Amino acid sequence: MATQRPTRLFHNLSAKIASIPMILTAVVVFLGGTIWTVLYSFTSSKLLPRLDFVGLDQYRRLWSNSRWLVSIENLAIYGVLALIFSFVIGFVLAALLDQKIRFEDAFRTIFLYPFALSFIVTGLVWQWILNPDFGIQHVVRGLGWESFTFDPLYNADLVLYGLVIAGLWQGTGLVMCLMLAGLRGIDEDIWKATRVEGIPMWKTYLLVIIPMMRPVFITTLVIVMSGIVKLYDLVVAMTGGGPGTASEVPAKYVYQYMFGAQNLAQGFAASTMMLVTVAIIIIPWAYLEFGGKGRV
Amino acid sequence: MSDPSTIAGAVLADTAIEADAQPRGARPRRALSRRNVMLYGTLIVVALYYLLPLYVMVVTSLKGMPEIRLGNIFAPPLEITFQPWVKAWAEACTGLNCDGLSRGFWNSVRITVPSVILSIAIASVNGYALANWRFKGANTFFAILIFGAFIPYQVMLYPIVIILSTIGLYGSLTGLVIVHSIFGMPILTLLFRNYFTSVPEELFKAARVDGAGFWGIYFKIMLPMALPIFVVAIILQVTGIWNDFLFGVVYARPDTYPMTVQLNNIVNSVQGVKEYNVNMAATIITGLVPLVIYFISGKLFVRGIAAGAVKG
Repeated sequence: MATQRPTRLFHNLSAKIASIPMILTAVVVFLGGTIWTVLYSFTSSKLLPRLDFVGLDQYRRLWSNSRWLVSIENLAIYGVLALIFSFVIGFVLAALLDQKIRFEDAFRTIFLYPFALSFIVTGLVWQWILNPDFGIQHVVRGLGWESFTFDPLYNADLVLYGLVIAGLWQGTGLVMCLMLAGLRGIDEDIWKATRVEGIPMWKTYLLVIIPMMRPVFITTLVIVMSGIVKLYDLVVAMTGGGPGTASEVPAKYVYQYMFGAQNLAQGFAASTMMLVTVAIIIIPWAYLEFGGKGRV
Repeated sequence: MSDPSTIAGAVLADTAIEADAQPRGARPRRALSRRNVMLYGTLIVVALYYLLPLYVMVVTSLKGMPEIRLGNIFAPPLEITFQPWVKAWAEACTGLNCDGLSRGFWNSVRITVPSVILSIAIASVNGYALANWRFKGANTFFAILIFGAFIPYQVMLYPIVIILSTIGLYGSLTGLVIVHSIFGMPILTLLFRNYFTSVPEELFKAARVDGAGFWGIYFKIMLPMALPIFVVAIILQVTGIWNDFLFGVVYARPDTYPMTVQLNNIVNSVQGVKEYNVNMAATIITGLVPLVIYFISGKLFVRGIAAGAVKG
């Protein structure tokens, strides 16, 4: 028995030691933190987390809070608009860049640079451009159209569109880049074949290329959507949630209750709802993508 | 939206007719064909739209306040002044502090540099271990890690507050460095794992036969080979961490606030007269670091976001 192999635990020991940070992050922070938050969302924790369970009370309160309902509605409207427009604009730009044009690098650099900027910077620039006293409204009025009104950030009905304008400016370049990579992956022979058949180019895009790019579309969809759910900085910088509560979003609600209103469990319940939303987006995708193995 | 897409449709249809006989070849074309005018026209208009905010930012930051009040935000400055830049950097106020954005800038540097080094060091070793030294359960941890990338940060905010206050780092720069290293781990590990998996297995086996161990192979073979990936990871992390707002606002105190948080406090403060030129100067200064990295790195940045897009 003296020459027994070292026990399994010490097999690959260096690799295991090196993986400790990853294991801690995955298990303690991601898994543990998530379970902790979900667990405490069923309590009545106020200033400090306490384990006195109150069942679904926090969720009942959440869904009867008009501010939360407004947040959800806002996020849904922003999400649908941002998704549709970033996909359409991103795809069209990618298709245009894919025409073997000159200065492709220059154009791509210009379309993508806002993505390097933070949402705070994005929000503040657009806040300035959309400022009614100095920005677009002021300039157009100065040209002689005195009654021109364009003040989305001060109009509760339009504020979401103001956010969408800024969000699209920042994020469309990313969609374009992913789509362009997808277009470049398409076999040249497909194009030759459709040309021989005499199919017009727009029809080729619509009926052949887009269906072929399904995986790219799905991945982009997941990326864009999980970004939308996290929408926070842009709102803070651009509108602060106003006017009134017209541009509140869930992430801001969570922050407000956790760190502002000292109502922890309410914040936990709201963040759990955000998690559920993401799970609804991610799980079907992961299932499709990885054949239900749950592996990446 | 109907506008650009119709134009695009027209452009595309036109090409199909034109390029009928010789698809996608380098056939000489007339420079001013209808197709080219439409194609480049659309691209140039869109490019101008994308550049407009940057232009407005720069122009506004170089004007004096009287000129801003009277003029047009799109007009170039009549008298160029760098005073707003100086004021934004050294004198702008947040609350009681009036030492300008420079404090936030140095905080951001002190957060970003160690976070980038730490997160990349950890993730590259993790990726290497996952690719070449698979141990039992490794893939399960990795799957959790990747799913973690999609969990809204809000869910993990408070547990991390507890962890950090337990080890006495809540509110400190070190605490923020740890937070950034944690949240950078999924995407970076994925990046490195994918790269190391593509390295030929024989290379690894040959080194094993020669008696090299875990760290020997990492430092002597893998690390030198993966330098381009390290550059991609650095680009990804520097921009990501520099642009972070949420973690800064949650885990830092006013004296350790990173630049983005301080910028937002300066511009959106309700007290005092709004100095738009100073605000815009502050905004550019904050955006300058990621912009410089972006323009220098070019194609590597694109590679980084293709991988890093998962971060959302």
